[in-house]
Amino acid sequence: MSVVSVQLGQCGNQVGQELFDVLCSDAQDGQRNKYRAISCERFFHQTDRGELEARAVLIDMEPKVINRCVSRATKCSRWSYGSSSHFSQKQGSGNNWANGFCVHGPRHRDVVEEMVRREVERCDRLSGLMALMSVAGGTGSGFGTYLTQCLRDAYPTSFIINHLTWPYSTGEVIVQNYNSVLTLARLYQLSDAIVVHENDTVHKICSQLLNIKHISFSDVNRVIAQQLGGILQPAFTTHSHGFYSRSPIDELVSSLACHPEYKLLSVSSIPQMPSSSIAFTTFSWPGLLKHLRQMLISNTKMEEGIDWQVRPPSGAGCTGSGFNRSVANLLILRGKDVYSTETSGFEEPSLYSSWLPSVEALNVWKCPVPFHKYEKSATLVSNSQALLRPLDHIVAKAWNMFASRAYIHQYIRYGISEEDFLDGFTALEQVISSYKQLC
Amino acid sequence: MEEGVVNEILQGPLREVFDSTQLLTDVSGSGNNWAVGHLTYGLAYREQIVDKLRRAAEHCDCLQGFFIIHSMGGGTGSGLGTRVLSLLEEEFPSVSRIVTAIYPSTEDDVITSPYNSVLAMRELSEHADCVLPVENQSLLDIVNKIKVMADGAKPGSVIKRDSTIISGQGGLTGPEKPFDAMNNIVANLLLNITSSARFEGSLNTDLNEIAMNLVPFPRLHYLVPSLTPLYTLADVSVPSRRLDQMFSDAFNKDHQLIRADPKHSLYLACALMVRGNVQVSDLRRNIERLRPTLPFVSWNQEGWKTGLCSVPPVGHSHSLLALANNTCVKPTFIELRERFNKLYRKKAHLHHYLHVEGMEQSLFSEAVASLSSLIDEYQLLDASKGRLTPDAARLSIAT
Ligand SMILES: Nc1nc2c(ncn2[C@@H]2O[C@H](COP(=O)(O)OP(=O)(O)OP(=O)(O)O)[C@@H](O)[C@H]2O)c(=O)[nH]1
Ligand SMILES: Nc1nc2c(ncn2[C@@H]2O[C@H](COP(=O)(O)OP(=O)(O)O)[C@@H](O)[C@H]2O)c(=O)[nH]1
Ligand SMILES: [Mg+2]
Repeated sequence: MSVVSVQLGQCGNQVGQELFDVLCSDAQDGQRNKYRAISCERFFHQTDRGELEARAVLIDMEPKVINRCVSRATKCSRWSYGSSSHFSQKQGSGNNWANGFCVHGPRHRDVVEEMVRREVERCDRLSGLMALMSVAGGTGSGFGTYLTQCLRDAYPTSFIINHLTWPYSTGEVIVQNYNSVLTLARLYQLSDAIVVHENDTVHKICSQLLNIKHISFSDVNRVIAQQLGGILQPAFTTHSHGFYSRSPIDELVSSLACHPEYKLLSVSSIPQMPSSSIAFTTFSWPGLLKHLRQMLISNTKMEEGIDWQVRPPSGAGCTGSGFNRSVANLLILRGKDVYSTETSGFEEPSLYSSWLPSVEALNVWKCPVPFHKYEKSATLVSNSQALLRPLDHIVAKAWNMFASRAYIHQYIRYGISEEDFLDGFTALEQVISSYKQLC
Repeated sequence: MEEGVVNEILQGPLREVFDSTQLLTDVSGSGNNWAVGHLTYGLAYREQIVDKLRRAAEHCDCLQGFFIIHSMGGGTGSGLGTRVLSLLEEEFPSVSRIVTAIYPSTEDDVITSPYNSVLAMRELSEHADCVLPVENQSLLDIVNKIKVMADGAKPGSVIKRDSTIISGQGGLTGPEKPFDAMNNIVANLLLNITSSARFEGSLNTDLNEIAMNLVPFPRLHYLVPSLTPLYTLADVSVPSRRLDQMFSDAFNKDHQLIRADPKHSLYLACALMVRGNVQVSDLRRNIERLRPTLPFVSWNQEGWKTGLCSVPPVGHSHSLLALANNTCVKPTFIELRERFNKLYRKKAHLHHYLHVEGMEQSLFSEAVASLSSLIDEYQLLDASKGRLTPDAARLSIAT
């Protein structure tokens, strides 16, 4: 089964290009025929000349980013983007969600939907759609939200997930919190699952774990792409009965987004280190998983600076200090000896809400093929309180700005009213409250 | 409206650049009188102006914005220029209008410049999307600073050839005219504003993002520009310190293109548009370093807009344009109002204006009232500075 990706705006396109690069080089690494075949079918189709073409549609309201993505992909010569599956205009949405959603959305809907339809028809079977975008700009967030809505209508029974990049908290776009609120509130109604990477967190991984001195967006994107690759590449799942699972999106959603109030997913992975250090390090599954588990319950996205004091609360009680409670977790193990690993540490009922039994709350996927140079590696996708704090910050800052009505005139100009903002705030306060009260 | 300047350009090295059918001149000039420019010529040339604007627009496959460049103190630029501004608003309401306005210095050669400036200010407040105020005195100070540096060069601090923002790098150079060095600074300002829309980068900034990010309320759209570095030293030994210095300088008084001190006033928003080999980690490091020293309005504590364009300006390895929406413009406006009132109280030169068909005294009083209310808006924000503003109470959800 195949996944059709839609890359939107500067961020979505830059992350997407990095992702396909990771997927392709991983699939073609070494002797792994079955794995390669499934991965390629999932994310690429073959042209008449036998070349790999990404199952992707590229969208931006300005031309420069897409031109660069397309030419970079072509230059690497392992894969490319389809020549008729990108759409760009001359000028971006100006960081204005309303411009992307109310103006560009309706104007370009038909062309773009047709491009997606063509990609979907190229798939023998569709596992789902994945839209990649940032929430801070105007195109990814505004147009992306509009398009997600159109796709929901056009593919009512398919799975649609969104991969969102959350902005650095000291901004790059001043209205980023407004754009984020408008995006998240709507996507929460439309999307089956929302996978989030925070730029601040990934930036820290680049500097503290990977020791990169001058961090560029391309470094950040590589980390995001590798974590996503760890999730999306073939694996044996709970229900795949000893075969590679056919449908990653489908199984991702059903493992993690079991309740419509809870669909924010965060990702962490281990190990992450400069490639020069890998050769000098030995990994053991118990060690890796012990760290990963503590990263989960203490809500640290890095294996450095973990707070080992945090423990799940014993007995009743909703909160332990600093404890991160989960709705559901998906643990993906790749590499040597995966079959004999012990994952019961992630099964403890005290990690989870009381209403979902822990046997249902935890899913483990395994794959004996090592991923990205690591002999053993684990990725954890978590539907938990982990994103509560950053979400709360976004809403708080947007609300503070809204109280003085700053910048609102820019949105009203394109047809988004104060009422629309209030609806957005209300919806997200509801999400915050649900995650807060998780017990 | 005084053909001399245009003719001079047409005989100069840049004559090829301009389309001769798109010129509009008169012979007699506006006599440093806003009313003549705005009303007399505004009416007489209206059709022709609109025609030429439409023609220019038809040649664009995607019209992103208009740059309007004029002085505030004279008659044509301030009068007819602001007339063109409102014509643009009528003809192309959705295309952004960015005005670069040259404000008169205290010792200006034009006696009526306070009148002209205040009358023009009202138009700018009402019809522009953004105004980039530039003061001749500041340009002059920068020019002198660079000249001193270039003349008294000590060993180790030799300025690299053609790397100052006053040299017409890349352009055509002829014998220098009095304003040339100063005008090159303004030209660099406009080049840097548009660079991210013209060249690729890892974080692009289109022209329409500037107003979106920097203008929280429609009338508060005066953005103080600063450009760094002013020159590149020939010695290239300490690149990263120089990079951080570039960020520090952008907030210093003597790098602003108007005489103003943003650091000791209040920021509503700030854009950093970087060119050259600069990564997101350099941006983050410098924002984190500088943030504690800069006062921001309570509802926009993280009011930074950033852009990364990978192509540096000719002669530099990197450059920075900062645009600050900052209450530091207030003193300039107050001073302008004082100079206006000094003349207006004595009714000095008023008759030159009132002679002009369509000009009424009420336009003077309305213009100064508009300026006063703008000053009050900045004052109100200034007063909030340092006061602890509690966060707005959040929406509560019935559970
Ligand atoms: N991780 C990551 N974040 C990015 C990248 N490019 C942009 N961003 C983030 O995305 C946000 C800005 O949104 P963009 O994607 O540039 O905006 P856009 O969707 O192109 O929309 P407009 O430019 O307004 O039309 C900021 O929060 C940036 O930090 C990237 O390559 N990687
Ligand atoms: N920076 C700069 N200022 C100028 C230039 N020419 C005139 N000025 C200033 O503009 C004001 C006079 O207006 P001017 O543009 O000559 O009048 P107009 O032709 O009637 O619009 C004075 O403040 C001058 O100092 C120039 O080339 N560069
Ligand atoms: Mg963009």
